[in-house]
Amino acid sequence: MAMNRREFLQVLAVAAAGGWSLTSNAEQAAKEADQLYNLPPFGNVSLLHITDCHAQLRPIYFREPQVNLGVGSMAGQVPHLVGEHFLKYYRIPRQSIEAHAFTYLDFEEKAKLYGKVGGFAHLRTLVKRLKASRPGALLLDGGDTWQGSGLSLWTNAQDMVDACKLLGVDVMTLHWEATFGAERVKEIEEKDFAGKIEIVAQNVHTTDFEDPVFKPYVIKSINGVPVAIVGQAFPYTPVANPRWLVPEWSYGIKDQQMQEAVNRARSEGAQVVVVLSHNGMDVDLKMASRVTGIDVIFGGHTHDGVYQPVVVENAGGKTLVTNAGSNGKFLGVMDLEVKNGKIQGYRYRLVPIFANLLPADPEMEAYIAKVRAPYESKLAEPLAVAEGLLYRRGNFNGTWDQLICDALIAVRGADISFSPGFRWGTTILPGQTITMEHLLDQTAITYPWSTLTEMTGAQIKNVLEDVADNLFNPDPYYQQGGDMVRVGGLKYAIDPNAPMGKRIQEMTLNGKPIDPNKKYKVAGWAPVAEESREAGPPVWEVVAEYLRAQKTIRIKALNVPRIIGMEGNPGLAL
Amino acid sequence: MQRREVLKAGVGLGVFGTLIASGLVQPRLAHAARQMENAFQAKSLEEALKAVGASGAAASNDIVLTAPDIAENGAVVPIELESKLPNTEMIALFVEKNPNALSAVFHFTPEALPRVKTRVKMGQSSDVVAVVKAGGKYYMTKKEVKVTLGGCGG
Repeated sequence: MAMNRREFLQVLAVAAAGGWSLTSNAEQAAKEADQLYNLPPFGNVSLLHITDCHAQLRPIYFREPQVNLGVGSMAGQVPHLVGEHFLKYYRIPRQSIEAHAFTYLDFEEKAKLYGKVGGFAHLRTLVKRLKASRPGALLLDGGDTWQGSGLSLWTNAQDMVDACKLLGVDVMTLHWEATFGAERVKEIEEKDFAGKIEIVAQNVHTTDFEDPVFKPYVIKSINGVPVAIVGQAFPYTPVANPRWLVPEWSYGIKDQQMQEAVNRARSEGAQVVVVLSHNGMDVDLKMASRVTGIDVIFGGHTHDGVYQPVVVENAGGKTLVTNAGSNGKFLGVMDLEVKNGKIQGYRYRLVPIFANLLPADPEMEAYIAKVRAPYESKLAEPLAVAEGLLYRRGNFNGTWDQLICDALIAVRGADISFSPGFRWGTTILPGQTITMEHLLDQTAITYPWSTLTEMTGAQIKNVLEDVADNLFNPDPYYQQGGDMVRVGGLKYAIDPNAPMGKRIQEMTLNGKPIDPNKKYKVAGWAPVAEESREAGPPVWEVVAEYLRAQKTIRIKALNVPRIIGMEGNPGLAL
Repeated sequence: MQRREVLKAGVGLGVFGTLIASGLVQPRLAHAARQMENAFQAKSLEEALKAVGASGAAASNDIVLTAPDIAENGAVVPIELESKLPNTEMIALFVEKNPNALSAVFHFTPEALPRVKTRVKMGQSSDVVAVVKAGGKYYMTKKEVKVTLGGCGG
């Protein structure tokens, strides 16, 4: 669909309004918009895919990782390529808008130039255009949609539920959704979503009799082609998040059941079978090599903005595996040509959403303004000013987590602090005011309590080893996703290739080796054990107190471990 | 496994698992189980294998051991065992790093389908080992089950 004159002028207007023309020129902006959003239709079956937006209804900044190590057979493989390595692999010019969308390179400068990304109003404009040029196209949502903002926490996810209905999501699967509790998920499925959005998850069963909790798949006809969408919820939800929130649901990877679901869908006439997955990219790649009959896995969870699908060969043929980034930054567009019951060809684009290049959809914008209105003043509370870039994503501490860790030590009076290795959380540019909304973008969960415990040096090592194995186990099926736990105070070295129990080395506190038998005061947050409910104040209260007292935030030292044995790994750029 | 399958499978089994506790299956104190008392006391996997007479069991792909890669709850880890070996007489389940490695022994009459499901308690990550006695010979397979502290995902 070539951009018509009206749209072209719209882009110019938006670009100018966004301040773009001050640093670049309008003609260039229009050219880049055309390159990004002029997507000629192809084939007869189109599937649009969003994932892991983490409740970001409004445009935000989001910096891609600088450290995203692959280990074992995944070393140096997609998605474990960062910065220049990523650009080289996909032959993306360094000075392009896509280089900014997909990598951390020159982030501050380029973020100022190109502006914010994502936002449901801008996303809806693109979705509507693509649905118009691709009749019958479906919009799939890979989950981690309801959680990640103060607004979604306070509205009990209702803001996102209604936004997804308005956006036109057709089918979704789940992860963080479950942290609103099993009853709430079922209530939304049965009431809000009835007749509108279907939840699929072949790998969630009741803990007692293993009855299915959700539909394993749905079959939709797209231009006369039956397409099965099989759901795969995040397999380790009751491990990575509190089990007590979904006490009667059991998850798991369940290859065998996946194979059975695929076979059943095929026997019911599906000519195309896709999996809407929240496994994480490495797990999806392994699953694609073991389960046959899947045409495409639309993946999420690991927040990898994967430029083109990875083609995985298996005993039954080939499976395409994608991953569509996070925080509302991208829309995946898969066009399939299906003839004689088979896929003959495909085209895929992972399209970045630049708010300055896509005009806001007025209906969605009005909806967002309305749902925010009662909370606007609470969200806008200024807490401090950021002097440097604040970001989270990466295998080890980002500056945002450093801030949280520093705050936990200062406010709770601890020796050492831990902050979970979440991959969600937006980015703040130098000079921006840190508001309560920004702080909640990093911390809004239904189990936000801060903790203060005495732990021996041996216990501390045990925690680090446990998390490191969830990230660096050479077998993806034993990984949980997420990044390494963030630490304050404690310094250490890590050898990701070492076996469990041997990765963490050289632990010190204030220059002194950690004594395995000595007790240390450790502050943390987001406890998954039910006993830790209400253990301490919500973490945002702790960090807000720190921010108000500091007034300006400059991260003096980023506490990144010494990384051993990863020289030359293209998932590392330090 | 569906409810009706559990009920079917339960017939004729001596089960040392939660099927008994759930009240779905009537336990039958098998003679062989009494002989296995020593095996249940054994500390190490090696000792326990020896005590059930399975030292040197041959690795087999005909034993299907289904267990989570990462346990959701170490206190109740669901394990499913199925033998496709002809004339299966017994299936035994071991958790290598448990204080007592042998968790369960199931005896099968010739009419019974050699497929069982149980739950075991695991304090730490460990290999889970299934041993099958079929036609007088011993076979085995194993799988690692991780027990983690949890948290931090996503």
